[in-house]
Amino acid sequence: MRAVRSILTIVAAIVAIDSGSAAEQSIILASTTSVESSGLLASILPQFTARTGIAVNVVAQGTGKALDTARRGDADLLLVHDPEAEQQFMDEGHGLTRRQIAWNDFIIVGPSADPAHVRGGSDSIAGLKAIASAKAPFVSRGDKSGTNAAELRLWKIAGQAPDALGKEKWYRDVGGGMGQALNAASAMDAYTLSDRGTWLSFNNKGSLIIAVEGDPRLINRYDVIELNPQKHAGAKLATSKVFADWLVSSEGQQAIGAYQLNGQKLFNPSAGSPK
Amino acid sequence: MRGLSRRVPAEIARLNPGTGIVPASPDFGLRRWHRWVYVENSPSAGNVQRLRDFLEIVVLSVSVSLAATAVAATIGLPLGAALAIFPFPGRRSIVVLINAFLGLPPVVVGLILYLALSRSGPLGFLGLLFTPAAMVIAQTILAIPIISALVHRASERAWARYGDELICDGASRLQAIPQILLIVRAELLTAVLAGFGRTVSEVGAVILVGGNIRGLTRTMTTTIALQTSQGDLSLALALGAVLVGISISISATVFALAGQARTAGSDET
Repeated sequence: MRAVRSILTIVAAIVAIDSGSAAEQSIILASTTSVESSGLLASILPQFTARTGIAVNVVAQGTGKALDTARRGDADLLLVHDPEAEQQFMDEGHGLTRRQIAWNDFIIVGPSADPAHVRGGSDSIAGLKAIASAKAPFVSRGDKSGTNAAELRLWKIAGQAPDALGKEKWYRDVGGGMGQALNAASAMDAYTLSDRGTWLSFNNKGSLIIAVEGDPRLINRYDVIELNPQKHAGAKLATSKVFADWLVSSEGQQAIGAYQLNGQKLFNPSAGSPK
Repeated sequence: MRGLSRRVPAEIARLNPGTGIVPASPDFGLRRWHRWVYVENSPSAGNVQRLRDFLEIVVLSVSVSLAATAVAATIGLPLGAALAIFPFPGRRSIVVLINAFLGLPPVVVGLILYLALSRSGPLGFLGLLFTPAAMVIAQTILAIPIISALVHRASERAWARYGDELICDGASRLQAIPQILLIVRAELLTAVLAGFGRTVSEVGAVILVGGNIRGLTRTMTTTIALQTSQGDLSLALALGAVLVGISISISATVFALAGQARTAGSDET
């Protein structure tokens, strides 16, 4: 009987594959690793597709790379989180509209042994200064992602120039995604800056704990950017607009706010009152 | 198929963080597989969804690689034999080049193809970037050198031994190509399997031109890369085991079929 049920399950799944993959319209959304690996998109996209019949194909990259992908014309829509790089993108005339859809926060995580004695703090700058003066290992994404840009901004406020940091032995630039940086931090007992979504969904924490959280400077904003038709006539702009509008609609905002992981809300919808 | 269904689905639950019914444990999922088979094995919506995700990945991976291997074999087999049969100036350099391309870094192939297929690139009008077709092209480029180099090596030996006879029998060099391929058919199998192995196991090129889009261009290798980056090392390892298992079973099947064909062939003569 078990065999029969197994076979039934497989048949049902194959039928489901056939019927499920035939969406009539599709767009390519260049996005950040954090909204994908936190499970947010996997949670809200089926609702959108069920309502509109539009499939959203997500290419998850760091924000810097996602913006470049759109600049080259290889994406139809952007969902990213680096205010400065986004502003530059808009200034170059690539973007048409830029709307905030949600926010959450960054945290500084580190080994539970806490060699820099920053655990329990809520001042990110003081935390980074303590890490630097203790020369405690710190992992940097080094991939021009939104998180990487936020990290470098914080270091600057803490009095450390990015170029000088690159020469420090304790500062380790891994050039990878958030998960890769967390893997590295876990393996090297290092501190790193993470977005809360990826941290909560990360399964290889080892001895890592949250060291610093709750600083207003650690706020992390997610924006949806529609492309400028004058520069990107080849992109599927009308279809993309449907998704962008849905994200800021009350239905989309509700879907974002309803997403939880292990009982914790990961994204705060903020289209109505941008942070 | 039953074996597949027993081993995999509980692990698949973790393809989608958030559906998480399974706690992390260092037993590589064996206990969870067991639990899935004997406790949770009902065709519920959740199970179907997880199994569907997993099957999608395996089916996509294998079909992309089979397509690429088929195209590469169509080009590589005659090319390898022709290089052994036709003498022409520069032949040596082409052979050297093909052998050098055995070590072609997939990520470089991916990058060049990415720039070519980009909407702002020369082939952008085709609209192939971030589609399975782009992955087939990338893997074809990687498989052609392996297949043609191996076929060339075997054909060269066969040509040295039977070439004069074939020509004496009145065959032109062009007609000799299928004859030589027939003589070295055992080696062709190895060549094609080596090509398939290269394509199904590679990650650098497909992740660049495919974009690792869930349900569209996510293959076994890109899933392993993704799960590793999310800290799901045990799932990544389980998928790795499936990947190796698929390679082994395809190889075993092909050799079994070839064995049957040989027996059938000897019956005729």
